[in-house]
Amino acid sequence: MNALPLGLSLAALLAFSGSALAQSVDTSEPVPPKHESWSFNGPFGMYDRASLQRGFQVYKEVCSACHSLDRVAFHDLSDENGGDGFFTDAQVKAIAASYKVPAGPNDKGETVDANGTPLTRPGIPADYFPPPFPNEEAARTANGGTLPPDLSLIVKARDGGSDYVYSIVVGDGMTPPHGFKVIEGKYFDSYFPGRNISMPPPLADNSVTYSDGTNATKAQEAHDVVTFLSWASEPKLEQRHRIGFGVMVFMILLSGLLFLSYRRVWKDEH
Amino acid sequence: MADTTALEPTRRDFIYIATGAVAAVSAAFAAWPFIDQMNPTSAVLAMASIEADISAVQLGQQVVFKWRGHPLFVRRRTPAEIAESKAVDISTLPDPLARNANLPDNAPATDANREIKPEWLVLVGVCTHLGCTPTVSTPQSPQGEYGGWLCHCHGSQYDTAGRIRKGPAPQNLAVPPYSFISDTKLKIG
Amino acid sequence: MSGPSTYVPKSGFARWFDSRLPLMRFAHDTMLTFPTPRNLNFWYAFGAILTVMLGVQIVSGIVLAMHFVPNANMAFDSVENGIMRDVNYGWLIRYLHSNGATFFFIAVYVHMFRGLYYGSYKAPREVLWILGVILYLLMVTTAFFGYVLPWGQMSFWGATVITNLFSSLDQVIPGLGTGITHWLWGDFAVGDATLNRFFSLHYLLPFVIAGVVGLHIWALHVPGNNNPLGIDTKGPQDTLPFHPYYTAKDAFYVALFALVFLGFVFYEPNFFGNPDNYTPANPLVTPPDIVPEWYLLPFYAMLRSVPQKLIGVLVLAGALVTLVFIPWLDTSKVRSSRFRPMMKQFFWIFVVDCMILGYCGSQGADASLEMMQGMTLPLVWVARVATLYYFAYFWVVMPLLGLIETPKPLPASIAQPVLSPAE
Repeated sequence: MNALPLGLSLAALLAFSGSALAQSVDTSEPVPPKHESWSFNGPFGMYDRASLQRGFQVYKEVCSACHSLDRVAFHDLSDENGGDGFFTDAQVKAIAASYKVPAGPNDKGETVDANGTPLTRPGIPADYFPPPFPNEEAARTANGGTLPPDLSLIVKARDGGSDYVYSIVVGDGMTPPHGFKVIEGKYFDSYFPGRNISMPPPLADNSVTYSDGTNATKAQEAHDVVTFLSWASEPKLEQRHRIGFGVMVFMILLSGLLFLSYRRVWKDEH
Repeated sequence: MADTTALEPTRRDFIYIATGAVAAVSAAFAAWPFIDQMNPTSAVLAMASIEADISAVQLGQQVVFKWRGHPLFVRRRTPAEIAESKAVDISTLPDPLARNANLPDNAPATDANREIKPEWLVLVGVCTHLGCTPTVSTPQSPQGEYGGWLCHCHGSQYDTAGRIRKGPAPQNLAVPPYSFISDTKLKIG
Repeated sequence: MSGPSTYVPKSGFARWFDSRLPLMRFAHDTMLTFPTPRNLNFWYAFGAILTVMLGVQIVSGIVLAMHFVPNANMAFDSVENGIMRDVNYGWLIRYLHSNGATFFFIAVYVHMFRGLYYGSYKAPREVLWILGVILYLLMVTTAFFGYVLPWGQMSFWGATVITNLFSSLDQVIPGLGTGITHWLWGDFAVGDATLNRFFSLHYLLPFVIAGVVGLHIWALHVPGNNNPLGIDTKGPQDTLPFHPYYTAKDAFYVALFALVFLGFVFYEPNFFGNPDNYTPANPLVTPPDIVPEWYLLPFYAMLRSVPQKLIGVLVLAGALVTLVFIPWLDTSKVRSSRFRPMMKQFFWIFVVDCMILGYCGSQGADASLEMMQGMTLPLVWVARVATLYYFAYFWVVMPLLGLIETPKPLPASIAQPVLSPAE
């Protein structure tokens, strides 16, 4: 009687382990993301500051044409006064001022000028990155019916995180395998679910010219922009890792002391 | 039965004391985030400092900006208003202090201590009595007897340097921390 | 069983207070001198761990509620812009609360499995067990409401799918199910009205939980704790005062549990979560795979294993209601599975069965496993077998085993467990 339940569970375990062996090339599931090495991985991970600045440049010059970054304010880019950013306050002020944000009503109560164009003003650090399109319908019209997603949380909003975003960016537009039909108006991307992606290949060698002189290969640009987007999704990562280290040390110390106290209390009872 | 006489009381007590101390310190560190989260957020702090464009303000006109949730008066005084303010005897003022965040606390309420440039008066537009917004006095529509402001809530009257002259308000209108970035731009806060 | 109170007020003020409101006496009797079996092991620490986790959730939750906006247009932003980015340490308090829910459920499952293994549900602790089932159901309800609040894609669609279960009642009385569902939603679909009321109830229920925890501990203190041997305490030689023995032991295990919990909070805060919930709710776009949080996956698998909607709901409800009857389903006179060699085997298979159900729940509705020789096994059949075992464990194994099993001889007492070697 003892053997039967054991035997049943053993059989079940064997059957499940066999599943890993049978493989067939299935184009309905995307290829698992490339495994990229990130400076912010691991318990002591930090964002590479130079990479963040380059990545921001890639976002600003390439991606922001279609993708909004609604949840990031200019002042978030600052590293002063305990900020989690990677520019000085002066640089942040200049970056903000280089953007045009929608202006409130003027003294006459108008929100558009004589031509019907919405009024704008230069940005200040308190402003958020203005979206490339005023609303979802305009965004879809400009992009063949597909909505380019906002990128503020994209790394946390996708299974595979930074590796996934990196993979679909570099994998976009590669030659499809023989016989694979790419849908009209879309591009082949083996890392994207369904393998047909609406976004045209966003990056190429020297899409931007890095101000720090780094060689702007496609892989470098992708690595930098994904570092920036990872920061945008998780600006508090460095603070979290820093505090976490102190907490772990304290908890190990406290657990050790509580263990010794417990043993001391129970000394005569064991 | 085990004999429970203390073998070495000092060693036994030390472990409990050390554990208690580490636990107490951990609790204090753990409590801080729960207290600090109620402090103003970074979004609020981003608006703690504003830049105001004063190029369109006419002589004798007041423009109101919003700073840290309060009205901020920027008034371009006429030569007559400046002269009137300078002529006041400080010893007759209900509040003799300048109340200017750019100066030491004990600075007296002379006209010069109430602004950076005499032509431009920058004041926090909150009546020092109970917080209403005073109404500015203009030649077309005088408010109060001193040519400055009248607070309609309880009748406090301020002069052309924003100093309290009559009524229940105990202090002069506050001068916020500010500076001129250029002739037409102020930075407040 | 605790005897008469041994509390002696130490000061004039203590005497004066004790004669008016014996609060210190109550604390002394229940938390300091309470006689507790001397042989409680690691698995018995989870009651204290659960109390701490309830405190963590309430404190972090009240603080989050200072910043959260329960309006469909603002909820997601109030979490992702406000709390996670702007509020000082908001990210920490949010991750404490989301991971706190996960660890709350880890602790409650260990606590419940401990009760099953050691027969803690048996007489005279039936009401204690039932109060525990009520607490579990309150936790599941609270967690369900809470997950909706951030108003991500999973929040919205999880709420839609689960509240839609009530519409299956249309097959019993036409219109009843739809009526109830619209009443729950406050609208014709999950929306702002739903979010607001879920927020109100999510704030309320933890305090109901706290009250029922009080009843739970009261019901425990009448007979006293069970123990790994499953035999009653015979006298003071079998027990130790709760303080300092179990305050010290529980404090250590709480710290270990907190170490693991905080490890996830600081280094893998999104490990147990679903990326789809970082996309704002969109009523027009359904995510490819709607999955609840991991602690609800076994019941989700049971629900989906039945193709017929109403029967699936009844199976799900039956799985939970079954728990109430356990004290009467188990016919064995022996409490602890340490002395029940057959029950022990079935118990561990049951644990694996729950994990299998959880795995099935995590996969898509049409998922299948690739077997040897190119055959595929649809997971829904695995879930069906696993659901069958779940019910069979309580309704067949428990009643039968008491009649046919030969238990090992029980030790004479806790203080002298020499007749059978303890494991």
